[in-house]
Amino acid sequence: MTKGPRDKRMSIDEVIAELKDGMTIGIGGWGPRRKPMALVRAILRSDLEDLTIVSWGGADVGLLARAGKIKKLVYAFVSLDSVPLEPNFQKARQEGTIPELVELDEGMFQTGLRAAAQRLPFLPMRAGLGSDVLVNQPWIKTVTSPYDDQEELVAVPALHLDVALVHLNRADQHGNATYLGPDPYFDDLFCMAADRAYVSVEQVTDTAGLTVDTPVQRLLLSRMMVSGVVETPNGAHFTTCTPDYERDEKFQRAYAAAASGGDEGWAAFSARFLEGDEAAYQAAVAAFREEQA
Amino acid sequence: MSTRADVCAAAIADAFQDDGEIFASPMGLLPMLGVRLAKLTSNPDLVISDGESLFLAGVPPLFAKGDVVEGWIPFRKVFDVVAYGKRHVMMGATQVDRHGNQNISAIGDWAQPKRQLLGSRGAPGNTVNNRTSYWVPKHSPRVFVERVDIVSGVGPKLAKEAGPAAARYNDIHRIVSNLAVFDVTGAGDTLRLLSVHPGVSVDEVREATGFELDVPADVPTTREPTTEEQVLIKEVLDPKGLRFKEVPQEEAQP
Repeated sequence: MTKGPRDKRMSIDEVIAELKDGMTIGIGGWGPRRKPMALVRAILRSDLEDLTIVSWGGADVGLLARAGKIKKLVYAFVSLDSVPLEPNFQKARQEGTIPELVELDEGMFQTGLRAAAQRLPFLPMRAGLGSDVLVNQPWIKTVTSPYDDQEELVAVPALHLDVALVHLNRADQHGNATYLGPDPYFDDLFCMAADRAYVSVEQVTDTAGLTVDTPVQRLLLSRMMVSGVVETPNGAHFTTCTPDYERDEKFQRAYAAAASGGDEGWAAFSARFLEGDEAAYQAAVAAFREEQA
Repeated sequence: MSTRADVCAAAIADAFQDDGEIFASPMGLLPMLGVRLAKLTSNPDLVISDGESLFLAGVPPLFAKGDVVEGWIPFRKVFDVVAYGKRHVMMGATQVDRHGNQNISAIGDWAQPKRQLLGSRGAPGNTVNNRTSYWVPKHSPRVFVERVDIVSGVGPKLAKEAGPAAARYNDIHRIVSNLAVFDVTGAGDTLRLLSVHPGVSVDEVREATGFELDVPADVPTTREPTTEEQVLIKEVLDPKGLRFKEVPQEEAQP
């Protein structure tokens, strides 16, 4: 029998067991789009604490902030798109419950991940100059071009991650993975900026299955970037996972309403949806959908 | 006589008429309407997107699907175009100040804001890389403030102070509100009144603005949309009247 690359399939709980208090965790996707929500929900249920979260934020940030899991947040925005402002994030900011914050321009964020992916301490960029990003983050320095122009640019610091969590449409058991929707977001950069990367997917297929009905250019992740693969059907819910499913707007509205209300309403939402395991969550979502139909 | 929303759409279209073949990137409903109006009239070379990841070859009505696709513009390539500079973004603004700085991050102290908004998003990068305009649907002293609480979008004065690398491509082009049109060529790089919409007086604009505006001796009236533009707005781009959610129909003066 010939040897092949190793089988990296894991359970959600096995991924969570790899995480430690105080880690810096990058969360892929974008706002309310293709977020690894099943893994985020599992962090909520765990006793992990003091996390540094690096995310173009959506409900991933809102949920972790509400649960008090975040010691430090690196973000450029937090939004649910159809609900522009994320209520749990708003509450956390207005009550001052996230101890450390780093607010970047959203392009600086990409540059920071690129620097980490290339093992560089920083990369130069124009974004940030003149804005309060540099005033509120005074530790971010500038760098002067050594060439004749002598332009003084922002030295965007590398956003190095201990762990990246991303969600894609399909992967094989070795960690090769494709996105099938219109936008890869930055999930490859998250994986390359991290010491270890875990990808959850709608479906694990054999390797040949990855390119059966979709062009090879959609193979965003190579197995050399991936430490573990988890099959989590509907695992991006309630964010988009085009074309497998779109955002669950009704559920998102219920989430936003619970998050904007008092503690009692949030406790009820949490008890109904967030306190059981992933199977319990998906069952509760199915019941919610039936009620709403 | 056209409605106020139609006047705003035409004023926004005018902001994009001289841009040539660049990516017009409108945030919000009236900016999207204005950009599409410009593409159908004064500037057919504009490159427009579906607001997600596709460049559209045609000019579909607001929020319509199914247009011919002419390109791919996922977020990672948006950042490339921002740095490339061939882009004109029209953003919203929770606050705009006398020097054309904009805030969409938070109200109050950044460390613990009174009201958390989006965060800085792409405003810092936009304003030092490509042409940037702002759209304000409800002109008031709460929006037009002496100094923004947090500088997300960088105006010309701050850009110059930050050095040549910041000032080189800083280009705050127009600020269009439901009352008037401005640029930032006033004394000391401040907001200058370019025109008041039909039925709006200069004094009304002054009263609705929380700082001293640069007002030229002679302030023209913002032009009325042409008959062709009115037909395009009403029949083609926004038959459902979604624009009136941002600028109510009642605001039109008799």
